[in-house]
Amino acid sequence: MDLKDKLVSSFMAFENSVDLDAPVHDVRSEAIKSFEDKGFPTKRNEAWKYTSLNTVLKHDYSVFPKQENALEYSEIKKYFIHDIDSYKIVFVNGKYSSHLSQTTHDGIDVCLMSAALTKPKYRLIIENYFNKAATKDSLSSLNTAFSQEGAYIHIPKNKVVEKPIQILHFSTGNESALMLQPRNLIVVDENSHVQIIERHQSLTENPVLTNSVTEIFTNKRAIVDYYKIQNDNHKASLIDNTFIKQKRESHASVHTFSFGGQLTRNNLNFYQEGERIDSTLKGVTIIGDKQHVDHNTLVHHIEPNCESHQDYKGIFSDKSTGVFNGKVVVDKIAQKTNAFQANNNILLSDKASINTKPQLEIFADDVKCSHGCTIGQLDESAMFYMRSRGIPEKEAKALLMFAFSNNVLDSVKIPEIKQRITKIIANKLGVNIGFDL
Amino acid sequence: MSKYTEDDLREELKTKEYEYGFYTDIESDTFPNGLNEDIVRAISKKKEEPDWMTEWRLEAFRVWKEMAEPEWANVHYEKPDFQAISYYSAPNSKPKYDSLDEVDPELLATFEKLGISLDEQKKLAGVAMDVVVDSVSVATTFKKTLGEKGIIFMSISEAIKEHPELVKKYIGTVVPQKDNFYAALNSAVFSDGSFCYIPKGVRCPMELSTYFRINQAGTGQFERTLVIADEGSYVSYLEGCTAPSRDENQLHAAVVELIALDDAEIKYSTVQNWYPGNAEGKGGVYNFVTKRGLCEKNAKISWTQVETGSAVTWKYPSCVLKGDNSVGEFYSIAVTNNYQQADTGTKMIHLGKNTKSTIISKGISAGKSQNSYRGLVQISSRADNARNFSQCDSLLMGNECGAHTFPYIEAKNKSAQIEHEATTSKIGEDQIFYCNQRGIDTEKAIALIVNGFSKEVLNKLPMEFAVEAQKLLEISLEGSVG
Repeated sequence: MDLKDKLVSSFMAFENSVDLDAPVHDVRSEAIKSFEDKGFPTKRNEAWKYTSLNTVLKHDYSVFPKQENALEYSEIKKYFIHDIDSYKIVFVNGKYSSHLSQTTHDGIDVCLMSAALTKPKYRLIIENYFNKAATKDSLSSLNTAFSQEGAYIHIPKNKVVEKPIQILHFSTGNESALMLQPRNLIVVDENSHVQIIERHQSLTENPVLTNSVTEIFTNKRAIVDYYKIQNDNHKASLIDNTFIKQKRESHASVHTFSFGGQLTRNNLNFYQEGERIDSTLKGVTIIGDKQHVDHNTLVHHIEPNCESHQDYKGIFSDKSTGVFNGKVVVDKIAQKTNAFQANNNILLSDKASINTKPQLEIFADDVKCSHGCTIGQLDESAMFYMRSRGIPEKEAKALLMFAFSNNVLDSVKIPEIKQRITKIIANKLGVNIGFDL
Repeated sequence: MSKYTEDDLREELKTKEYEYGFYTDIESDTFPNGLNEDIVRAISKKKEEPDWMTEWRLEAFRVWKEMAEPEWANVHYEKPDFQAISYYSAPNSKPKYDSLDEVDPELLATFEKLGISLDEQKKLAGVAMDVVVDSVSVATTFKKTLGEKGIIFMSISEAIKEHPELVKKYIGTVVPQKDNFYAALNSAVFSDGSFCYIPKGVRCPMELSTYFRINQAGTGQFERTLVIADEGSYVSYLEGCTAPSRDENQLHAAVVELIALDDAEIKYSTVQNWYPGNAEGKGGVYNFVTKRGLCEKNAKISWTQVETGSAVTWKYPSCVLKGDNSVGEFYSIAVTNNYQQADTGTKMIHLGKNTKSTIISKGISAGKSQNSYRGLVQISSRADNARNFSQCDSLLMGNECGAHTFPYIEAKNKSAQIEHEATTSKIGEDQIFYCNQRGIDTEKAIALIVNGFSKEVLNKLPMEFAVEAQKLLEISLEGSVG
């Protein structure tokens, strides 16, 4: 039985295990139908032309996570940004781990999707926001059908959340292969500000497939900074679907740091539903071996006077493959749009490859839209300059590559994240320098 | 003088009729509608082709039957009914003339309206014209001069008869019969086209040129062009077209194959001005063209195109850079107005070492048109030190049109250097203001700016063509471009 059939036939059992009367029951049933019709995307699908899920889908995944495995904080401390105070929502094998987490209901809601879906006090928010941004494509539908657990964050009006929120998903080694489908909902009301860090980490040598959906709503003048740290082990694959709906004058930024995992696919979608919105999408990808990272972005400019900035840097070595598929759509009425998109790549090996497809679809005339895309190598004269001053080759290369990705790091607002990423990059490049020369 | 606003421009744009829309009534020898193996055989027989050619066509037809029309392009149109098209038509008068006097006077009048009187052409431009009216060549000039150099320039049907060894060796090598739906259709039913062979080390002394015209109601034109530049030779080839205004959609599915052997250079320029349909988007030519060139060692192929016509354009002149140190270039201006749709661009396939390619694409959309650039730059793992530079700029006039960019970049070699940049903008108000301030009215200012915008490409055209191209740009955007 292939994975699709398995998932479809598991749906009934899943529905029975959760609350059948929950308001989202209809949404789930509809979603599984949509998934059943579409199936997993194949290379025939234009959006998946360069990414094949075949190798990932062939495992016999167990789709119902078993009871939580006791993890000690000391074992997993290194996966947190632990040197800052933060709220934490931690899941182990898809189940909420209360002793590792630190949630709150004090003025803001930082809690669980499962609670939000069933408790009446969240009903209004769920009705208004749940599955309102996610598209009906097959993988999002699949997640919607099995949506049950994840983070639920609601920041009411005029609140600046004083410490960041960390969402962590761990998977442990009990199952031979595990599929996880976390579902996050983040609603930020007028004038509020929140910073969120998300990370998926497998602690097992067995294959793990995560199909995650995050819906983010930024209301008027809200500010959301979202950081995705993807540095998983080589057996773990991640399909991350993020949908962000912005209302007027809001600012949303998503930074994606992809250093690990077997296959990583980031579907990042921004919808600008008001004027004077600012959207920022940035990413650094540094991979090797046979890793595959695919960034698939969409910025839909629906209203006038908005801006969007995209900047993705990639460094590919060994047999790794990278994909960038960025799309900017400017509607007819979205005049005075300012959209910028850049994708720069460095190939370090002849076995590595990069496929990039920056697209512009523009229907308004008074706009400034541009995209740039480059594929190249490290500058030989810069290398020579450093080596002639006694910097060893490896370090010189690392410095250049760090400089190459630095302007993505520049806009990271939490210094501890910047430090952590710098360390991961140094580690990845096999050098022991701090780059703060 | 009353103020000339952008709305006036748009109004003028809308009402501007196709200037070259006229129809010459010549008795034609036309086949019944529809396509089957018998028709393919009949076309082949009519052209007095050898058996291998007939077989080659039939092979293509069999492949075509199994194929589906491509859907991926960013264009929407009513699919042509391939069984409602007549696949062959030739002017009824005798196919060859000794002098211009013998040519059907109506035909000559047509040429005159187009401003390409053969006499003038002979004297003025130094351009050898192989004029194709509906599929059969009726006049070839300057053949003698070319003959002295050993250059073969004739219609492809003549070439099949006179130089079968060359045609057999090269036809279908760059664009195979089963390459795509329209290439297969063309391979099965192509009626005529041009053939050109430049021998080793010869520099073609003049610009070679063909005029294609669709001139018979309901006939699709299927041109086949084959240009072979032997080692160390050089040729500049021009292709230009205008078509009479017609209500039903006409299908044009041409195939152009260029072969540049070691150290050879081919420069291929096109001005395309098929009937774009009227202001309501009715009628107009469907232009589905497959153009591809193959570069051997140190060879260079340069495509330049000015696309102003056709209701639907689907065209990707490509370069396969097979030999080491070969160079591919693509310069394009695509103008769309009213309901025109263009999905055009190029493919640069880097296979050899030290290969270079340049892509400059300028899109101008006005009215309710949609203009897309779609390009592929592919660097294979063997193509060390490959270099590509692409630039795609779009200019939007009015807020009912669209400009789209779909670049595909695939690199499999670490020494590749690829740059791609694209911009979309409208004509700056400050630019217009600057011109107005200096006494240049808005219409002229826009003309100036559009000319400047497309200059990089216009400069690449041969002189004779550059003038015509500029004229076409003006006609296509008349009102906005004085």
